[in-house]
Amino acid sequence: MNPSTSQRIAKVVIWAAALLVIAVLLAILLFILIKGVPQINWQFLTQIPRNMGRDGGISSTIVGTLLVTAVAVLVATPFGVGTAFYLTEYTKESRITRIIRFSAESLAGIPSIVFGLFGFIFFVMYLKLGWSILSGGLTMAVMILPTIIRTSEEAIRTVPAPFRDVSFSLGGTKWQTIVRAVFPSALPGIAVGVILGIGRCVAETAAVILTAGSALRMPTSLFSPARTMAVHFYIMAREGISIDKAYGTAALLIILILIINVGANLLVNRFVAKGK
Amino acid sequence: MQPPKIDIRGLDFFFDKKQVIRDFSLEIPANEILAVFGPANSGTTTLLQAMNRLTDLRPGARAEGRILLDGKNVFDADVNVTELRRRVGMVFEVPTPLPLSIYENVAYGPRLRSRKNHAALDEVVETALVRAALWDDVKDRLHTAGARLSGGQQQRLCIARVLALEPEVILLDRPCSGLDPISTAKIEESLRQLKEHFTIVLIPHNVQQAGRVADQVAFMLMGSLVEHGATDEVFRNPKNQKTNDYITGRFG
Repeated sequence: MNPSTSQRIAKVVIWAAALLVIAVLLAILLFILIKGVPQINWQFLTQIPRNMGRDGGISSTIVGTLLVTAVAVLVATPFGVGTAFYLTEYTKESRITRIIRFSAESLAGIPSIVFGLFGFIFFVMYLKLGWSILSGGLTMAVMILPTIIRTSEEAIRTVPAPFRDVSFSLGGTKWQTIVRAVFPSALPGIAVGVILGIGRCVAETAAVILTAGSALRMPTSLFSPARTMAVHFYIMAREGISIDKAYGTAALLIILILIINVGANLLVNRFVAKGK
Repeated sequence: MQPPKIDIRGLDFFFDKKQVIRDFSLEIPANEILAVFGPANSGTTTLLQAMNRLTDLRPGARAEGRILLDGKNVFDADVNVTELRRRVGMVFEVPTPLPLSIYENVAYGPRLRSRKNHAALDEVVETALVRAALWDDVKDRLHTAGARLSGGQQQRLCIARVLALEPEVILLDRPCSGLDPISTAKIEESLRQLKEHFTIVLIPHNVQQAGRVADQVAFMLMGSLVEHGATDEVFRNPKNQKTNDYITGRFG
């Protein structure tokens, strides 16, 4: 085939692939938003579900979602980022780092329902935390830990090596070098891992039902059971209770994820802008 | 006569089994510029990084022999390495501003050591930038990113960053290799002024630079010291044939 023909074909194929992906994404988003957004109003946001979800709003599930996700992220981030720094800065490549990395990779590949079962047996039953935001959040934390470790590790590895030399040569200790020179450069990448983790928490259903339950009451503490929006959507649609409310929940879920992503990006950019 | 600021005695340096510096001895007097030059892989960079023990960061690095700073061996177990690196500052070949503002780049070293009040820190930063001949260029935009400066300005920022440590010795590893002639001239002019206060060890990026700025030169080849002496003397009348060949451009 002559080069200019292959070039033209490649161009068409690559454009088609990109356009198709965008089209599918837009179709899903528009479908959900068109069906769902009309359901969203002040009542929907502020009232707890009544009549099994047929009436009222979904306020308690919004709170449930935010709390379960918050617990998961607040627990998983320090452990995940800490592990990533250990793997990259505090140890040489060895059998131990390979075992840790292999474990993280294996964990990342396990279906979420297995984490749900583990959470149910360990947090709910053994630690007697019951079906609660805490059980759900801790289970989600274990689930997103591998993602945070791997993305943070990647982010730390891409920090230019000279930054470390410079920091050490200016009399920095290892810890100062990590905190002041490496961490700020790695932060955008670490944030990507955390945002991916948030996305997984918000979207999770099976593991949440097993560990946080599916109560419709407004949670009053971290020990309250709770229903998250994804679970609510699933139950509304699966049981055929209210398809309208299901679409409303889905639309709000998408909007919530959008807000979290944009917010996290703004936060990171504000932090990074000082050095750009 | 003053004792030497740095006295290197019988230094052998290894990376694992590979020896990169062989039986190297040299006295470096205070308040002068010494240029250590040689072809690639002569051990010049390792020699420089051994002086403030940046070589500690390199896997497999091992030193035998002594480098005495004011009579104290830097390899001694009781040497505080971070304090050593503050006293012996380093400017690298590639200008590397940290991803921080101009001000924060210069304040980086002082901030590592203590919490200075704002006024004191401002003064340290200003003094360092003035001495590095960068103050006039940046005084109105101290809080913009260091990475936005031109290459020559970035390297002067790196020099200011070292000066803010209030060091005693400044090591420069081919600081002008990526810079245009005007930026190079500015940095060389700064170095001539800085030697009043500091001891300077420079790896020049070419022989001409050694001739322009150095009081003394040392020629290294394959990790060994070939010749050492006053710049004029070595350049006009090298004792060793290899030195002669190198500075006249017959090899290297």
